[in-house]
Amino acid sequence: MNYYARRLLTLLLTVLFVLLLTFAAFRIIPGNPALVILGTEATDAQIALLEEKLGTDRPLAEQFADWLVAAFRLDFGESLRFSEPVTHLIAGRLPVTVSLAVMSLVLTIAVGIPLGIIASRARGKAADMLVTIGTQLGLAVPSFWMGIMLILAFGLTLKWFAVSTFTPWSENPLLAVKSLVLPSAALAVPQIAIVVRYLRTSMLEQLGLDYVRTARSKGLRESAVLYKHVLKNALLPVITIIGINFGELLAGSLVIEQVFTLPGIGSLLITAIGNRDYPLVQGLVVLIAFTVIAINFVVDLSYRWLDPKIRLQ
Amino acid sequence: MKRMKSYSLVLGASFVSVLFVVMLISLVYTPHPPNEMNIRERLQAPSVRHWLGTDNFGRDILSRVMVGSQTAFEVGAVSVAIGLLGGFLVGTLAGYMGKWVDELLMRATDALLAFPGILLALLLVSISKPSLFQTMLAIGILSIPSFARVIRSGVLQHKEADYVKAARGLGAGHANLIFVQIAPNIASSVVTTAALSFSTAVLIEAALSYLGLGVQPPDPSWGRMLNEAQSYLAKAPWFTLAPGLLITLTVLGFNLLGDGIRDLRDKKS
Amino acid sequence: MQMREAAAIATEASLLDIRNLQIRLRRTRGAGLSVLDGVSLTVERGETIGIVGESGCGKSVLSLSILGLLPSAMRIGGGEIWYEGRHPLHTMTDRDIRAFRGKEIAMIFQDPMSSLNHGLTIGYQITETLRLHLGYSRKEARERAVWLLRKVGLPRPESLLREYPHQLSGGMRQRVMIAIAVSCNPGLLIADEPTTALDVTIQAQILDLMRQIREEDGTSILLISHDFGIIADMCDRVLVMYAGQIVESGTVDDLFERPLHPYTAGLLRSIPTPAKKNSPLYSIEGHVPALHERGAGCRFASRCAHATERCRTEQPELVAYRGGHAARCFLAEAEGGNRHAAV
Repeated sequence: MNYYARRLLTLLLTVLFVLLLTFAAFRIIPGNPALVILGTEATDAQIALLEEKLGTDRPLAEQFADWLVAAFRLDFGESLRFSEPVTHLIAGRLPVTVSLAVMSLVLTIAVGIPLGIIASRARGKAADMLVTIGTQLGLAVPSFWMGIMLILAFGLTLKWFAVSTFTPWSENPLLAVKSLVLPSAALAVPQIAIVVRYLRTSMLEQLGLDYVRTARSKGLRESAVLYKHVLKNALLPVITIIGINFGELLAGSLVIEQVFTLPGIGSLLITAIGNRDYPLVQGLVVLIAFTVIAINFVVDLSYRWLDPKIRLQ
Repeated sequence: MKRMKSYSLVLGASFVSVLFVVMLISLVYTPHPPNEMNIRERLQAPSVRHWLGTDNFGRDILSRVMVGSQTAFEVGAVSVAIGLLGGFLVGTLAGYMGKWVDELLMRATDALLAFPGILLALLLVSISKPSLFQTMLAIGILSIPSFARVIRSGVLQHKEADYVKAARGLGAGHANLIFVQIAPNIASSVVTTAALSFSTAVLIEAALSYLGLGVQPPDPSWGRMLNEAQSYLAKAPWFTLAPGLLITLTVLGFNLLGDGIRDLRDKKS
Repeated sequence: MQMREAAAIATEASLLDIRNLQIRLRRTRGAGLSVLDGVSLTVERGETIGIVGESGCGKSVLSLSILGLLPSAMRIGGGEIWYEGRHPLHTMTDRDIRAFRGKEIAMIFQDPMSSLNHGLTIGYQITETLRLHLGYSRKEARERAVWLLRKVGLPRPESLLREYPHQLSGGMRQRVMIAIAVSCNPGLLIADEPTTALDVTIQAQILDLMRQIREEDGTSILLISHDFGIIADMCDRVLVMYAGQIVESGTVDDLFERPLHPYTAGLLRSIPTPAKKNSPLYSIEGHVPALHERGAGCRFASRCAHATERCRTEQPELVAYRGGHAARCFLAEAEGGNRHAAV
C-alpha cells in the first residue's frame, strides 16, 4: 500500500483510540457518573435529569456511537457549569493559547537556531561539556518554575512587565504581545535546549561529510559553506524535532496559563476538572490530542517532502 | 569526548545518590518538624535557625523540602514500576507475536503517546479525586509507551538472533527465551528508559501538584509548595527558590544518569 | 578551442612548483609527527603528472595541501608551494587562497556521491562557482552550466540542472564534478583517485573525458591513484610515493622499462595482466610503516629483499640520473642508475 495511505490509516486508527480512551475514561468510574457529579445530596429527580442530559441512562455502546458521531461534528454538548456549548467556550479561549504557542515557537526558532550554530562552532572537551550541561539544565528546569522566576526577575524586581494581567488581542495587540512575552519565554527554554542539542549534533555530523570539502575547494567563503550547504541539510531533522515536541509545548502551556493567569484553554481545562464538568473536559482533551496528532502527521509528511532523497525516489 | 561522556554518568549518579540520602535522612530526621506551624515566625528569610527560611505558616522550608523528596521518589519509583510492568507486557506481546497483535498494540500505544504527558494525567485525575495514588497511577500509565517501545524493539532485534535460535533448538520454552535469553540484552536500554521516565514522573507530579490536582495535603510535594510560594513572591522570594531548585536537581540527576548509562552502552557496542 | 590566457605570459616558471614540502601532524608541543617528508614536484603547462602509491603514503594529503584544504589535525611544517612562479600558496591565508580554489586550481575527488551535496540541485552546485568567481548572473550561469554539462558528455543538460545527485549514476556524477571543476577554466586540475569508486567500464569513459578536457583546454592535470595502469595510461611523468616520501620519479617509459626502486618494481609486478592469468597475484610482503614506526633508515627496508645494513641505518637521498629519472635507493646509487631493480 502506498506510504501515504498507510500513514493515513494509522492516523485514523490512532484517532479512534483517542476517542475511545476519552469516552471510556468517564465511563469507568464505578457507580453513577451523574451521582458523582451531583454529590450524595442530590435527589433522585436531579440525578435522573442529569442522566438524561448526559445520556448515561442508555446502553454504553449506543452512548459511544452517538458521542463519536457528535465528536466528528465537533459537537461535544453543553458545559455543565456554564450551560454553553463546549465548542463555544473553547473557541473563546483558543486565541490566547494559540498566540502563546506561536510566540514560543518563534522564540524557540529565533534563539535556538543561532545558539545551535554557535554551539557547533565550539569544539573541544570544555565546549562539549558546557553545551551538554547547558542543554541538560534547560531541559531539567520545570517551565512553570521558570515562569515564576521570570515573574520575580522581570515582573517584580525590574518591573518591565505587568504581572498577572492579560490584555486581549482585540483591545490592544501590542500589550497582548507584551503580556505573552514572559510565559512564552518560560515555555521556550526547554524547547531551545532541545534545538541547540540536536542542531549542534546535526551540524557537526554534516561538517564531517565530504561535500563540505568540495564546497571549500570551490573557493566559497566559510560562511557560505556553513549557511548555503551545511545548515540547509542540518536543519531538516531539527525542524522535525520541533514539530514533534509541539505536544510538549502544548502540555507546558496548560500549566503556564495557570502561573500567569492567562485566559486560555489550559486554565479552562483546569477549571473544568475542578468542576467535574465532564463534557467540557472531554471536548478539551479531544481537541488537544487531535491537534498533537495532526501536527505530528504534518511533520512526518513534511519531512518526507523536504528531504530530496526521499521525495524523489 | 570519552571523558565528557562519563561525566554524565558520574554527575547524574552523584546527584541522585545525594538526593536519595537526603530522602532517607528525612524519614528519621529533619531540622524542624515539617508540619509545625509557627505564625510568629512566618515568611522569614533564610537564617541560621531556618536555613531556607520559613513559609507562610511559619513552617521550616528546609524540613518541608526534605520531606517533599519522599513524595518525589515514591511517585517516581511506583510510576516507573507500573510503566515497566505494563510496557513489558505490551512490548513482549507485540514484539514476540508480531503481525496484527503488534499493529494493534502499537496503534494503542501511539494513541497514548498522542496525549502530551500531563494531559493524560489530567484526564485520569479528573475521573476521581486527586490523590497520591491517582497521581502515581496516572503517571505510571503514561510511562507505559516508552517502555513498551524499548522492550518491543529489543525483542524484535533479538528474536531472530543466533543465540535465541540455538536456545530454541535446545528446547527452551517461550518464558525461558524471553526472560533468560533476551532480557539481559535489553537491560541497559530499559534502565535508561527507567531513569528518564523517573525524571518525567517527578516533573509531571510537580506540575500536577502545582495545579492542585496531584498530591494533596498533608502529603508533602515540591510542586504544591511552589503554588503556595507564588502567592508570596514579592514578600518572600526565597520561598520559591528551594522547591524549584530541588525539582530541577532531581530531574537533572536522573536525566544525566539515563544519558550516562546510554552512552556507556553505546561505547560498549 | 580555449587555451589558457596565461600561456601568453612568457615565463620560465612551472605552473606548479612544490619544493621540499613537509606536512606534520599538529601537536601542542614540539614539531609533531611528519606525514610528508620533503616532497618536491613540478607540473609544467599542459603536463599530466601522476602520483602513485599505496593508501597511507601521503598522496592525498599532498593534493589537499596545495589548496590549503588540509584537515585541522595537519599543518604545513616546511617547504614551499608556488603557483605560476609568483603565488606562494603555502603562505596564503584562507582568504587569499580562496581566489585560486575552483578558479585557477580545481579538484575532483574520489567518491562523487559523497562529494556532492545531496540536498542541493546539480544546477545550483555548478552555477555557484560561476557566479562566485566569474560574476555571472543567474541566467548567464544557467546557460553556461548547460554548456558545461554538454561538454562533459551528459544528456538532457537542461533537466539535469534541476535534479539531485542521488538521481544520477556514479559515472554521471563524476562527470558533473568534472564539469564543476573546469567551469572556470583552471590551469591545473587535481584529480584524487577520480575513478576508484567507479565501474571499470565507466572508468575508461571518465579518463577519456579528462583527456578531452586536457586537449581542448590545455589544462594540466595532477593525477593521484593507487592504480599504476591508469597512471601509465594518462600521465607524462610519474612520481612514486612511499611512506611520505617520493621514492622514484620519471617518465612512464622510464619506470616501466627500468624501475630503479624495489618498491616500484613491486608495484609493477603486482599489476594483473592477462599473461599472469594462471599464476598467483604478486603482492609486496609486509606493510607500510605507521607514522611513528618510521625508523632512521630507508623506510622501505623492512619489506625490501635486497636491504643492506646501510639501508637500515641511513636514509637514502632522492638522486637524479639520466633523463630526469630519479630514485631514493642506495642500490640504485651504487649502480649509477643503470640497474633494473629486481623485486
